[in-house]
Amino acid sequence: MHERIPVSLVVNGRRHDLSIEPRETLADVLRERLRLTGVKVSCDAQVCGACTVLVDSLPVSGCTFLAADADARHVRTVEGLAVDGVLSALQQAFIDHAAFQCGFCTPGMLMTATALLEDQPDPTRDEVIHGLEGNLCRCTGYAPIVEAVLAAAAVGASEPQA
Amino acid sequence: MRRIVTRPDVPSPIGEAVPRRDGIAKVTGTARFTVDVDVPGLAHARVLRSPYAHARIRSIDVGAARRHPGVIAVVSAEDLPDVRLVYGHAVADHPLIAVDKVRFAGEPVVGVVAEDAATADEALRLISVDYEPLPFVQSAAEALSADAPIIHERPGEQRPHRGFEEDIERGHPNICSSSRQAWGDIDAAFADADLVVEGEYRYPMCYAYAMEPYTAVATWSDGELTVWTSGQHPYMVRDDLANCFGLPLAKVRVIVPYVGGGYGSKSYTKVEPLTAALALRAGRPVRLALSVEEAILTTRGDSAVVRLRSAFDRDGHILGRQGRIFLDTGGYAENSPLVGRKAANRLGGPYRIPALEVTCDVVYTNTAPASSFRGFGAPQVTLAGESQLDEAAGRLGLDPLELRRRNVLAFRERPWPRARGMDADLDADLTLAAEEIGWHERARAGRGKAISLSASDAGSEPITTSILRVLSDGSVTVMCGSTEIGQGSSTVLAQIAAAEMGIELERVRLVQSDTAAVSYDRSTGASRTTTLMGLAIQAAAADARTQLVEWATTSLAPNGPDVIAQAGGVRIGDAVHDWGAIVRAWFGGAAGEVVGRGYLRRSGATEEMPPFWEIGCVAVEVSVNEATGEIAVERLVTVGDIGCAINPQTAEAQDVGAAIMGLGMATREELLYRDGNLMNGNLFDYRVPRTTNLPELRTVLVERGDGVGVYGAKGGGEGALNPVAAAIANAVERAAGIRLREAPFTPERVWRALQDRDARLAAERTGTAGTGAPAGVEPADRG
Repeated sequence: MHERIPVSLVVNGRRHDLSIEPRETLADVLRERLRLTGVKVSCDAQVCGACTVLVDSLPVSGCTFLAADADARHVRTVEGLAVDGVLSALQQAFIDHAAFQCGFCTPGMLMTATALLEDQPDPTRDEVIHGLEGNLCRCTGYAPIVEAVLAAAAVGASEPQA
Repeated sequence: MRRIVTRPDVPSPIGEAVPRRDGIAKVTGTARFTVDVDVPGLAHARVLRSPYAHARIRSIDVGAARRHPGVIAVVSAEDLPDVRLVYGHAVADHPLIAVDKVRFAGEPVVGVVAEDAATADEALRLISVDYEPLPFVQSAAEALSADAPIIHERPGEQRPHRGFEEDIERGHPNICSSSRQAWGDIDAAFADADLVVEGEYRYPMCYAYAMEPYTAVATWSDGELTVWTSGQHPYMVRDDLANCFGLPLAKVRVIVPYVGGGYGSKSYTKVEPLTAALALRAGRPVRLALSVEEAILTTRGDSAVVRLRSAFDRDGHILGRQGRIFLDTGGYAENSPLVGRKAANRLGGPYRIPALEVTCDVVYTNTAPASSFRGFGAPQVTLAGESQLDEAAGRLGLDPLELRRRNVLAFRERPWPRARGMDADLDADLTLAAEEIGWHERARAGRGKAISLSASDAGSEPITTSILRVLSDGSVTVMCGSTEIGQGSSTVLAQIAAAEMGIELERVRLVQSDTAAVSYDRSTGASRTTTLMGLAIQAAAADARTQLVEWATTSLAPNGPDVIAQAGGVRIGDAVHDWGAIVRAWFGGAAGEVVGRGYLRRSGATEEMPPFWEIGCVAVEVSVNEATGEIAVERLVTVGDIGCAINPQTAEAQDVGAAIMGLGMATREELLYRDGNLMNGNLFDYRVPRTTNLPELRTVLVERGDGVGVYGAKGGGEGALNPVAAAIANAVERAAGIRLREAPFTPERVWRALQDRDARLAAERTGTAGTGAPAGVEPADRG
């Protein structure tokens, strides 16, 4: 058997004590062990942003971030964005603006945009465009995503919808 | 968004931008894709791939891999004597795992099933394969040389799903298929010409980059096969699986969950036969989830070399077009024979052309297989056709828009004999594009504008069915074999069902793409779903309503008065009964349902082919950086002529997405082969557009009710991609005086063209010019 190490992750507010192999990525652990399959892996090389999750509020690529490095840290995934079934303003704006088509990039896009808006609640269009440059989307041509993030900023992205 | 609506009024919720029905699932992470499918006992597969472009397999040693802890099965072709290994819906030439030889670097040779993917990866490194390398070819020109190695020693069997009937003699063993389109007296056309424009144009090998790589999960139970797949066409996959494993169609169940991007690249069969074969040998359910690097090696778009001559009179009328197209399909046919057929049909463009002669050869090479990809031959050939219209306009001193106006097909005019007449007002579409781009305002220095047009014979074959069930509470379940690939079919088709039954959208459930649960649809591609599945659902709804009116007469008003159908139910005298009340009354209890059937085939309105013309009409304004050769598309206009926008938001989204994808292929995307291997087969090196490449957008939806589909709808979703490369090339010519004929228009290519221009201008100034051919007829750099 391969060597195992203990890690303790707080994921979407809930603590998980796990015994994992050192080679396991954060995306692997979230998807396969915690069944948080909203985390999507595409390029598997930190280019596309699909696997973006937040570790202590900073966006990281789950495909290349070792789960062991998230030990004792707070992890947020797309599953944690809605509170008590109420969508975040950003999630609602994505629906209102059809800021997704196939939806495969959407979890990563939402997490990057969530971090962006937490850092800069009132971004300019250029700041949104540059903030999302590390997230690829092949369906939408990006325009509705940029609009959605700006719209969410206008209503306060971190607040759940009334 | 600007909407031009002249169609008749439509019932709610048609024409309304209702929120996408997959929205909540997709923004909360609960949308299930194939890679998320879990079944008890699931094992994981990885694939050993050929490092050689062309090689004979002398032997395979899998002993150490089989002994590796955690490995369940190691499978090569010799382990599958009970499986028909060679599949292909068009040409049966594709082994699900290499048999005796490999035809491209990246071809699957051995599959390993293990308890987890990492263990399977470890086992791959313990396999040794003894290859005898063979000479290889990596371009159509090389493949067609006299001494080229033969890639398929025996031609593959032609299969019924090829998609077209005629064929012409193949002139070389490396030609997979040939297609021809011709009418009129081509020699006379060129003899009479005042101007002939000639050129060779190249369109790159492109990768669709559906962000979800190809994935399948297969499980066997009691001789029945169930496969979950990321594929667009569940029924096509079912047919190939039944053939590979010798099963009745009814014993193969193919289920498609949400698909993470398709764009045609997930049309037809990919990893499903291999996954099913691995599950068969493993005796366990198996997931095969490819990486992006493997997906690139699984399917790409057909690269093209297009030689075109166009004859004009001095007023800019097209007299004739003569073309030769070479598509590079890589190691296997996949769907390229149909791409070639369509490329031949689409090279002429949506213009009145008295004489045309086009031949298209689909050529095998030792590269990754090519197949369907958004636009399907149209982007490849539209670059040539639309470039030459602007070249002709320049040389005749005409406005390129005016030249197009003089040639464009009129409403209902047939582009060629026996084709459906043009179901669009193209002249009006050109006017809209011109208005939105500000055609008659001079561009700033260093910028150029262009308008470009295409029309594709889209829709594929109308073989489509639907079942619409009206349940005992009057809510409706619609069963259809069309796949939600992100285009919004789950929303649009539900809107059609709600409108046809006169009920609230919230009371409609759509079940899609499970061959054991829903009825047949040929495919989800060729922009057909709204139009053809829409018609099938409309027919199923009509069938259900007819039965419900009969039942109401029988059960609620056997002695009159008359039963009058209305939205959501019937009126009998002063009493209104909803659909559910009729169901309950007829069955005489609290339960039951009515089953409405919708069938669509080549008959009636869908007799003529193509079912509809898919229009592409775009305008761009570009700037050219003279120092670096970088092109920026500053402004982009799409005119979506789609008959009726069932949902304007999803329709507009398709146009924008398609146009930006086209922008990527025009300016940056190209798979590059050298020495037998793909040099940039990953997302680091193959660069797709990012947020920072977004131009200023203007979108127009045109709804004239002129399509064959429900409420006059016709297809969209590919059209806006097709003319983009041509529009950019033409705009660059107007901005910088250089004619680009090879996409992508990378900074290096543009910079070299700028240097050539400057050298030519300098030579003209010093009077040493005169040796060069006139603009538009010099051969391309390569070739």
